[in-house]
Amino acid sequence: MTALLEVRGLRVALGGSRILDDVSFTVPEGGVTALLGRNGAGKTTTLRAILGLVPRSGQVVLAGQDVGRLAAHEVVRRGIGYVPENRDVFSGLTVAENLRLAERMPQPRYGLVYELFPELRDRAGQRGGTLSGGQQQMVAIARALLNPNRILLVDEPTKGLAPMVVRRVIEVLAEVARNVTVLLVEQNLEAARGLARHAIVLDHGTTAYAGPFAALAGDAERIHRHLGVALAPADP
Amino acid sequence: MTTVVLLGVTGLGLGALYFLMASGLSLTYGLLRVLNFAHGVFLTAGAYTAWLIATRIGGPDGVRDAAAVAGAIVVGGILAAAVELALIRPLYRRHIEQVLATVGVALALGALAEGIFGADARPVPVPAWMRGVTPVLGAAVPNSRFVTIAAALLVLVGLGAFLRFTRWGLVVRAGVENRELVRALGIDVQRAFTLVFTLGGVAAALGGALSDGYFGTVDPQRGTAMLIYAFIVVVIGGLGSIVGSAAAAVLVGLLQQFANYYGSVWWGFPSAGDLAIVLLLIVVLLVRPRGLAGGPG
Repeated sequence: MTALLEVRGLRVALGGSRILDDVSFTVPEGGVTALLGRNGAGKTTTLRAILGLVPRSGQVVLAGQDVGRLAAHEVVRRGIGYVPENRDVFSGLTVAENLRLAERMPQPRYGLVYELFPELRDRAGQRGGTLSGGQQQMVAIARALLNPNRILLVDEPTKGLAPMVVRRVIEVLAEVARNVTVLLVEQNLEAARGLARHAIVLDHGTTAYAGPFAALAGDAERIHRHLGVALAPADP
Repeated sequence: MTTVVLLGVTGLGLGALYFLMASGLSLTYGLLRVLNFAHGVFLTAGAYTAWLIATRIGGPDGVRDAAAVAGAIVVGGILAAAVELALIRPLYRRHIEQVLATVGVALALGALAEGIFGADARPVPVPAWMRGVTPVLGAAVPNSRFVTIAAALLVLVGLGAFLRFTRWGLVVRAGVENRELVRALGIDVQRAFTLVFTLGGVAAALGGALSDGYFGTVDPQRGTAMLIYAFIVVVIGGLGSIVGSAAAAVLVGLLQQFANYYGSVWWGFPSAGDLAIVLLLIVVLLVRPRGLAGGPG
C-alpha cells in the first residue's frame, strides 16, 4: 500500500484553543479514505490545515514532498483539489465563472465535468446563489475535477441534501474515486461505508483510529466510543 | 434654471472626484477588508506630481497636461503598491495595526508634503481650454467639470470591463465574496491584493491630478480632506461595489453642492452640504445597512 498523503504531528490552535493536537495518519493511493469523527472532532480543520488555510505545525507530505510550509495556493497547485463544506460556491458568479475560476491547466477537463454533471452546461449562465443545494454541490465537485489532481479533499458532500441527491453524489464520488484518491469527511457513516476502504477517526483533535474501514466497521464498541453512533450490520 | 444647471454639473464633477477616490477604497475594503486611511495620500501625491510636471515642463498645453496626468497615475500606482507590499501585507488580518499603520502613513506623508511644498494652497496653471466655459441651458459651466466627469466615466467603464472580462477581475469579484475559497482554488490572492491596491492608487492619483484643474490650486491636505467623503460614498454605495460607489458619489456630490448653495442663500449656512451628507448616511445606514448596492441586509 503506497502512501499518497502523510500527515505527521499536525497541530492547529485557533483563537487560543487547540483544535488539533498531534494528528497523524496516512492516506493510501487510490480509492476513498474516510475521515470520521463527532461534530467538533477536528475533521474540517484537518482538511483546512492540510491545505494551509489555517496556521498549522507538523508535516504534510504529498507524494514524498513536504508541503506543510507552503501557502494554500501552492499546496493546491501541487495537486490537491478541495470540495469545501456547505457546498461553498461563489453566489454572485455564474456557474461558468465558478468553473473558470478553478482552471489551473491550459486544458481544463470540461469533458469529464459535463459527462458527470450535464446539467451544469445548461445552467452555465445562472448565478451560483440561485442554484439548489444539489446543484451547488455539483459545481463544488466540478471545480475540483477540472484539474488532474492527485487527491481530492471532500468535506461532507452529502450534508443537508435530499436523499435522492445524496445517492447521486455518492455515485459520482464512487466514479471519481476510480481515477483519483479521495479523502472524504462524512458524517453519514452508511454513506462512508459504501465508498471507503480505509478510515481515519478523530476524537478531540487527535487520531483515534487509522486503518481498514472493514476493521472499524466490525468494532461496534470503538465506533460507539469515538463516533457516538451504531453502525448497522453490513449487507451480506 | 441656470443656477440649477450649474450646481448640477458642478455637483456631478465633485461626485466624479469622490468616485475616483472611492472606487479604490471600495475594492480595497471589499477584497482585503482593509480600511486604508492612507488612500488620501495617493490623491495628494497625484495632485502634486501633476502640479510639479505642469509647472516644470514646457511645450503645448495638451502634451504638458497629458504628461502631468500620466506622471500622477504612475506615482500614485507605485506609491499604492509600495504601501500594500511594505505595510498591509505584513499586517495581514491584523486590522487594528493596519488602521494604525495607514493613519501613520497619511499623517507622515501629509507632513512631508507640507514640509516640502508649504502648508498654503498653491495656484495651478490650468490650461486655457479647461479654464473656459461651455454654455449649457443658459449656464456657463467650467470645462474642468466636464473633463472630471468624463475621466470618472472612463474609470467606471474601465474598472467594470476589468472586473467583468478579465481573469484577474474574476479573481477580485470572487475574492470580495470569499477570498479563502479563492486561495483554496490554487489562486495567489495576494497578487490580487497588490493589483487592487495599485488600481485604487492610480484612480485616486488621477482624481488628484484632475482636482488641480477643478479647484485651481493644490494643497497638502487635499487628499485627507476628501478621504472622509470618499469613505461616506463607499458606505452609502455598498462595500466592494464599484457601481454602488458611482451612484453614491453622484448622490453625495449633487447633495453637497445644492445644500451648500441653498443653505447659504436661504439660511446663511454655507456648510449645509456636510450636514446633508451625514443625514443621508444615517438614513442609508438605517434603511439599507449594506448600502445601495448591498441589498436591504
